[in-house]
Amino acid sequence: MTELQAGQGTQPLEVPRIDARPQRYRDVLIALVAFAVLALLPMIFGSKSLLDFVIRCSAYGLFATSLNLLVGYTGLISFGHGMFFGLGAYGFGLMMQKTGVPIPVAFVATLVITTVVAAVIGAICVRLKEIYFAFVTLAFQMLIHSTILSWQSLTGGDQGLRGGIPRPPLLGIDLSNHLHLYIMSCALLVIGLLLMRQIAQSPFGYTLRMIRDNATRASFIGIDVWRAKLTIFVLAALFASTGGMIMALFVSGAYPEFAYWTISGEGIFINMLGGVTTFLGPMVGTVLLLILNDTVTRLTEYHGIVLGIVILFFAIGLRKGLMDFVVEWVAQRREKANG
Amino acid sequence: MLEIRGLSKSFGGVKATDNVSLDFADGSLTAVIGPNGAGKSTFFNLITGALRPDAGQILLNGVDMAGKTPPEIVGHGIGRAFQVASIFPSLTVEETMLATVCADQRRAGVMHRRFPLAETRDRAEHAMELLGLANKRNRTAATLSHGDQKLLDIALALVLDPRVLLLDEPTAGMGTEERWRMIDKVRELWEKQKITVVFIEHDMDIVFKIAPQIVVLCYGRILATGTPDAIRRNDAVIEAYLGSEDHAGAVA
Repeated sequence: MTELQAGQGTQPLEVPRIDARPQRYRDVLIALVAFAVLALLPMIFGSKSLLDFVIRCSAYGLFATSLNLLVGYTGLISFGHGMFFGLGAYGFGLMMQKTGVPIPVAFVATLVITTVVAAVIGAICVRLKEIYFAFVTLAFQMLIHSTILSWQSLTGGDQGLRGGIPRPPLLGIDLSNHLHLYIMSCALLVIGLLLMRQIAQSPFGYTLRMIRDNATRASFIGIDVWRAKLTIFVLAALFASTGGMIMALFVSGAYPEFAYWTISGEGIFINMLGGVTTFLGPMVGTVLLLILNDTVTRLTEYHGIVLGIVILFFAIGLRKGLMDFVVEWVAQRREKANG
Repeated sequence: MLEIRGLSKSFGGVKATDNVSLDFADGSLTAVIGPNGAGKSTFFNLITGALRPDAGQILLNGVDMAGKTPPEIVGHGIGRAFQVASIFPSLTVEETMLATVCADQRRAGVMHRRFPLAETRDRAEHAMELLGLANKRNRTAATLSHGDQKLLDIALALVLDPRVLLLDEPTAGMGTEERWRMIDKVRELWEKQKITVVFIEHDMDIVFKIAPQIVVLCYGRILATGTPDAIRRNDAVIEAYLGSEDHAGAVA
């Protein structure tokens, strides 16, 4: 503290100001490079399992990052975010199976359905305070899960949506081709992340931060807290739903587990692993969790214990996610180098 | 002009605000005093929409604010600062100001542009200059001193260009010297901004020195209103409030 104050006096009069424009170009550039690297990956490594891994990362990464818009940016701890992942998978799968519309139509229609469902559930939930919000979202998750289980004629019940998802090729894109599916997943991931980054860094993103920090004060500077919370709840649901659609295409079906509370739990787990204070924290967490999952389940049948120990290490040991830790460490080093 | 008409609010059987009627002229500076539990904060909470009045009207230039939500009331031009500095701990001073101006320009929901918006700069800058926070712009609010946090809280209200500014104990939790600096700041702001300022204050020396108009609340009712001299000589005030406390010296 004293160091900070001492530094204050020696600062030059011209203090650096926040500038918005270069940030956006930088983000787009990073996204393009990331996409190029991902797109070139199959040419360097022929391994199908690596591509599978990236597709799963896309699905879970979109889901976990969208959850962070709620948890990290707005302070809304949702325990039911997985319902939109499931809704995306089932909505898309059913649409393709029953109607035979082109894939983009089913994609958009699923997003529309998600918007309506999320708006209704959100309108009920976002009024509630912390723990009540968490539990009521969890309750809605269970409701959707039960509906999927019991509506056998439509969803196939506990057997899941079987028989495969038809994928009529469109404009030369054939999603039954593994490589095409891979590229499509990467594109959806990069576009999704770019959009979420834009939301996070927009004036609306700062409105969300204010609500997280002090919702009462936010309302006393004229912010309609309920409306802002509902808006981000619906937007986050859309990205989660997109993740679910990628998952449905990947497994060529949809299963009740996609809408079970454990998916929401994994989302929270990923956020704790990766950290909620940086935008890419959840993405890092996704990669970590999937690697952990894959390796640990191969080595032992008690993978639950291992994952539990890992999360205890992050929650009690580091008290933050990996990216939070890295960012703080870098900041400390920089401070030392300067002072 | 802010006119309060028959404002009442009860909690259970306790009348926290009991049929209060008051006028605050445009550009006036008024201190609200009263013993603990007199209903001062409740009075502010009613005006700003934090609490819904049981009865009465809150007329700002003839428009009734009673029953409106805090964002609506802020939109009509009543800003407030809090007894315990109410700020956004993880945002920097500058981000706080820029985002607040954004909200005031009804751009809090803008998603297609990047923060901060160019058109919010001047007002944010002006407010930071006014409160002397410009050289601390890159500090997060949580790392500011107590006094600066109170200033930031006031800046949050002031940057909205309110017509009426309600300050709930701007000097709460400050040492003597800091108190005077804060209250000089409040007076300076009032003179510069030409807005209606109403503030709650416990320190009688401060109140009698700077407030041209004083309202004394007791058990939710108005005990007296008037100039410092009139309040000082008011028997009811002396008996109910001043006389019973250490401030008797200041009165005599």
